[in-house]
Amino acid sequence: MTERSLVEAINLALSRAMTEDESVLVLGEDVGVDGGVFRATAGLIDRFGAERVRDTPISEAVIAGVSVGLAAAGFRPVAEIQFMGFSLTVLDQLVNHASRLRNRTQGRLTCPMVLRAPYGGGIHALEHHSESFEALFTHIPGLRVVIPSSPRRAYGLLLAAIRDPDPVVFFEPKRLYRLAREEVADDGEALPLDQCVTLRNGSDLTVVTWGAMCHDTLMAAKTLEDEGIEAEVIDVATLRPLDFATILTSVEKTGRCLIVHEAVMTGGFGGEIAARLAEHALMSLLAPVKRVTAWDTVVPYPRHESHFIPSPARIAAAAREIMEFA
Amino acid sequence: MVPPTDSKANDAEQSIGNVQLDVHLRIRRIGYIDATGKVHGALPEFADTQELIRLYRAMVLTRVFDEKAIALQRTGRLGTYASSLGQEATPVGVAAAMRSDDVLLPSFREHGAQLWRGVSTEELLLFWGGDERGNDFKGPREDFPVSVPVASHAPHAVGVALAMRLRGEDRAAVCVFGDGATSKGDFYEAINLAGVWRLPVVFVATNNQWAISVPRSAQTAAETLAQKAIAAGVEGVLVDGNDVVSVRAAVETALAKARAGDGPTLIEAETYRLGDHTTADDASRYRDDAEVSAHWKSEPLSRLRQYLTDQGAWDHDDEEALLADCAAQMEVATEAYLAAGPWSPEAIFTHLYATLPADYRDQLAALKREMIND
Repeated sequence: MTERSLVEAINLALSRAMTEDESVLVLGEDVGVDGGVFRATAGLIDRFGAERVRDTPISEAVIAGVSVGLAAAGFRPVAEIQFMGFSLTVLDQLVNHASRLRNRTQGRLTCPMVLRAPYGGGIHALEHHSESFEALFTHIPGLRVVIPSSPRRAYGLLLAAIRDPDPVVFFEPKRLYRLAREEVADDGEALPLDQCVTLRNGSDLTVVTWGAMCHDTLMAAKTLEDEGIEAEVIDVATLRPLDFATILTSVEKTGRCLIVHEAVMTGGFGGEIAARLAEHALMSLLAPVKRVTAWDTVVPYPRHESHFIPSPARIAAAAREIMEFA
Repeated sequence: MVPPTDSKANDAEQSIGNVQLDVHLRIRRIGYIDATGKVHGALPEFADTQELIRLYRAMVLTRVFDEKAIALQRTGRLGTYASSLGQEATPVGVAAAMRSDDVLLPSFREHGAQLWRGVSTEELLLFWGGDERGNDFKGPREDFPVSVPVASHAPHAVGVALAMRLRGEDRAAVCVFGDGATSKGDFYEAINLAGVWRLPVVFVATNNQWAISVPRSAQTAAETLAQKAIAAGVEGVLVDGNDVVSVRAAVETALAKARAGDGPTLIEAETYRLGDHTTADDASRYRDDAEVSAHWKSEPLSRLRQYLTDQGAWDHDDEEALLADCAAQMEVATEAYLAAGPWSPEAIFTHLYATLPADYRDQLAALKREMIND
């Protein structure tokens, strides 16, 4: 097996899906000859040709809208939006069409499309290139929202997303694109959607997170371990539909829950998880549910970015507070 | 500014100075049968008497459907309804130009096109009656349902056309929207991309002069809507949208071009919305009766009836028989619509995803409990 970075795993999954299924095609800005600004589609145009790997004009709304039409007409488009910050104009297509076409036509027309976009900060980029507003997309019934946190999960979850009969938005933690490598077998095995992944077992508290924050949370868990605190770390992986059962089972065991996300706090998806715990886990909780998130500010320019994104130290500190409560 | 130091730089300097560029701007306007029923030029090949009667019958059915739908809405038996009164020639002409395996992506005033293509009157009533089953067309299975958000379906047509091209099919997509839609980014992005990829798609802008209360003059400073295609490198055509022959001819030409691999066309069909925007609207708040009355003189049905009458192909008895036939058809459809079986509210969940995710089990169970308690 070969060790691959997360972005290489994305490339591998795209390649695999296009080889397996002729109806899969890739479209977006600079995805062709350039191979994507992060090289996620590198080499695909050489292997599969310009008909199936299509450079588009800089028109995000039409990239999404064309994908809806392609999907309804029997293809499986995988559209790339260059950065999540530029995906706001695709919300209209996702909210009003992609997520509704199946229900609107009672199953006659469907929308098996994937919309990929890198999200999150940590690469010292220009404004609008470091956003984490996945919660906007988790509010859309009929849609799946998937965020991988490692090369292997990126490969398996992207394959699953492409094979899924419904629309999926797939947000890739760009900070992890090249941060670490692991062995990724090109075995064509998809990972299950709609399921959390328990990254680390622990009995003292449950830390629920996703995407790039899995990395920082695991670092914090290591620190806590040295202090005698065993954190169970859950990677949500599919935010919508949520596998709340896994989270609930863990919290019933530990009695404590910390939710970590890179997005700002108010209206963030952590609020949904906390609300469900309030509904279903009240009698199991030994301490209030706590959230570690970015501050409720706009994403700052890179000079202050490290003070905005939650750090392992901030995560560990919040865990200690929970442990001190009870 | 540094002066040029060699002759090559000097040439470049001259070519980027103030020069006159001739941009080609020409819009073809198509019109065969005018408001008085007089023919201009030779009619297209398809327009024999039998076919003209078929087109006329379709327009009359569309108008009778409209009257019935409004009556049902006024008596609380249908939801908010968008009338196509006065602009029947455009959807009927569009649909008549299409092949059955082409794909129609309509806006919300294309009942005439949907009926022609085999969507049933009952399905249309179900849709306007607030029932998704009305979009599960038994006839044109690949046609899109009505797109409510203005212009948002124009990109879908590009995707459908791309799918056809990738499969090497001899088919095309036809997308219909209103004048207001041409002010939206979706429209520009769609025609731009369709132009770049030379896709088999025809865009029809039904210019009925009003976007709810906003007149065409306040929609854009452009002289025509058709010319908006030119900046995208796409041909723009203007057509008398109240002449069903002109509309069909223009769309047939555009479809032939699309099938030949010569790319998309934008057709502006000039018509007039004689009715309110919808049954929830009162157009007298913003538009003069005199303007509406004037436009009644150029509505699409009377001109074709006049022409057919002049040809000796239509008379009063034919008209009476047709109206009775359409009324009877609507009675049957209305009965079927009103008798459409009850539908379990659980259906809200049925087609949300291919398989209902586990996360929905509690909500579905809660709805079922509510239904038992009702």
